[in-house]
Amino acid sequence: MKSRLEVSRAEASRVKSERQLAREARRRRKAVVSGAVAGVSTAVVLGLLAVGLPSSPGWPRVRETFLSWPHFTAAFPDVLSGFWGNVKIFLIAEPIILALGLAVALVRTVKTPAFFPLRALAVAYTDVFRGIPTILLIFLVGFGVPALNLQGAPGDPMVLGAIALVLSYGAYVAEVFRSGIDSIHPSQRAAARSLGLSQAQSLRYVVLPQAVRRVVPPLLNDFASLQKDTALVSVLGVIEALRQAQIHSTKTFNYTPYLATALLFVLLTVPMARFTDWLAARAEGRRAPGGR
Amino acid sequence: MKGPEVVLLRRLLVLPAAAAVLAASACAPADNTDTKAAPSGAAVNCAKDRLPLKTAGKLTVATDTPAFEPWFKNDDPSNGEGFESAVAYAVAEELGFTKDEVVWEKVGFEQSYAPGAKTFDFDVNQISITPERQKAVTFSDGYYTVAQGVVGLADGKFAGATAKEQLKDAKIGVQVGTTSLDAVQGQIKPATQPSVFNNQIDAVNALKNGQVDLIAVDLPTAFYVTAAQIEGSKIVGQLAPAGAKEEFGMLLEKDNSLVGCLNQALGELKSGGRLQQITDQWLSSAAGAPVLK
Repeated sequence: MKSRLEVSRAEASRVKSERQLAREARRRRKAVVSGAVAGVSTAVVLGLLAVGLPSSPGWPRVRETFLSWPHFTAAFPDVLSGFWGNVKIFLIAEPIILALGLAVALVRTVKTPAFFPLRALAVAYTDVFRGIPTILLIFLVGFGVPALNLQGAPGDPMVLGAIALVLSYGAYVAEVFRSGIDSIHPSQRAAARSLGLSQAQSLRYVVLPQAVRRVVPPLLNDFASLQKDTALVSVLGVIEALRQAQIHSTKTFNYTPYLATALLFVLLTVPMARFTDWLAARAEGRRAPGGR
Repeated sequence: MKGPEVVLLRRLLVLPAAAAVLAASACAPADNTDTKAAPSGAAVNCAKDRLPLKTAGKLTVATDTPAFEPWFKNDDPSNGEGFESAVAYAVAEELGFTKDEVVWEKVGFEQSYAPGAKTFDFDVNQISITPERQKAVTFSDGYYTVAQGVVGLADGKFAGATAKEQLKDAKIGVQVGTTSLDAVQGQIKPATQPSVFNNQIDAVNALKNGQVDLIAVDLPTAFYVTAAQIEGSKIVGQLAPAGAKEEFGMLLEKDNSLVGCLNQALGELKSGGRLQQITDQWLSSAAGAPVLK
């Protein structure tokens, strides 16, 4: 067996054939040409946008109503403080949603006849709450629960809104988990059972670890969506980022504050998108030959 | 809002000009701070066929939906009942339109000030005239001077309040986009952030449910809420305007020269006593609420 050192020496002393050199030269040329084409077309598109947008007849008005720096700076501190409300709702709702979703998905995998009512309940839950538009659910919970006049029922609109979001997103996440569990080949479970693991043990140590890893990207996708839907809680009177922007906008008849809100939401979702990419890349690396 | 100084200044500036064109026409666009909007000093011809209308021969008037009482009645602006509907028809009549020539259009509040060409000639939707808003749209002269009212449940904690300080600890609900929010934040300065709802109905329901202790709405609406919407509610009081008087104006596309003729029509209605008569008919009770100190 050759040592690693010998291999690299052999590579260093390798002489390339004429044909290989010509091939490499051709590839280099191609790379330069395609790079130039991409550069030129990008410049043309950006140039057209830069020239075309401002020269459109309504541009000054659009710039004034949507891209006004004074309005942006005037609204930004308020929008930012409202945004903290969105982040709070999101951070509190997310773990609860994960737990609820997983629980519902697990209930649906139980095949024992005695548990049929529970399973039926889980099915009904996902059917109903995935079907109701989120904003309607927020209205129902946010105005319906206080109207019941129950002792000890939460009255804070932010809490009620978070409960509605948990109910809605719990149903989505349950389906994501279930699809992950279903995607694990039955042979895995059979192998686990043949090794003497119980039904529950094979689910816990064999199926779930694989299933959860597989559904991380769609889960994070749902959470990006949840982050934005926290703005819906504003219908209950909560002054979060979107409402704060709306207050500024209606006061001045200028739409720029909404842009500030959009910017904050993008700043929140972009790191999550990169995190998803990183997770996917890591999983890919682990599966690849020689992976860790 | 910083109204009176501005209005006064405007009036002063307009005085000599008005004197100059007095012989020609009385309808210099007095309300318009933006000189661009004035049809270059020429006398405005308010003959019906010369009006810059969106649809020739028709006066297109917009308002939000649902249209609330006492401003409109039965959510139907075209019945001529309710204060703003009556004002719109009176203006139309003044301009020479018959009732059939007035076309109503449903336009949401936030849609009404979107930039660009508008589909309506003017919008009546309890919109307060402010200098900031005037940068985006053109307003007619004011047709109603409004005060803000505070409504609570008669058996509520704050029902007996006589001063603004006593309302500091109240949870107050308002409708988004209204000047009521400014009044609450500027005058009552509550300890907890007010709840800001999408529309008046949500705010009213929140009061009914006990989610908020009080709601702040304009005074005519306050009277309507206590009379028709929430049993056992009462007007705690009204908030005196912080500095300037607050007026509702008709909203027009920025620099729409129709404003000159609208103002002329409104002027006629005011001087002839017709506007007061319409106000008395539909908003009669709005005068009697105690002012919160």
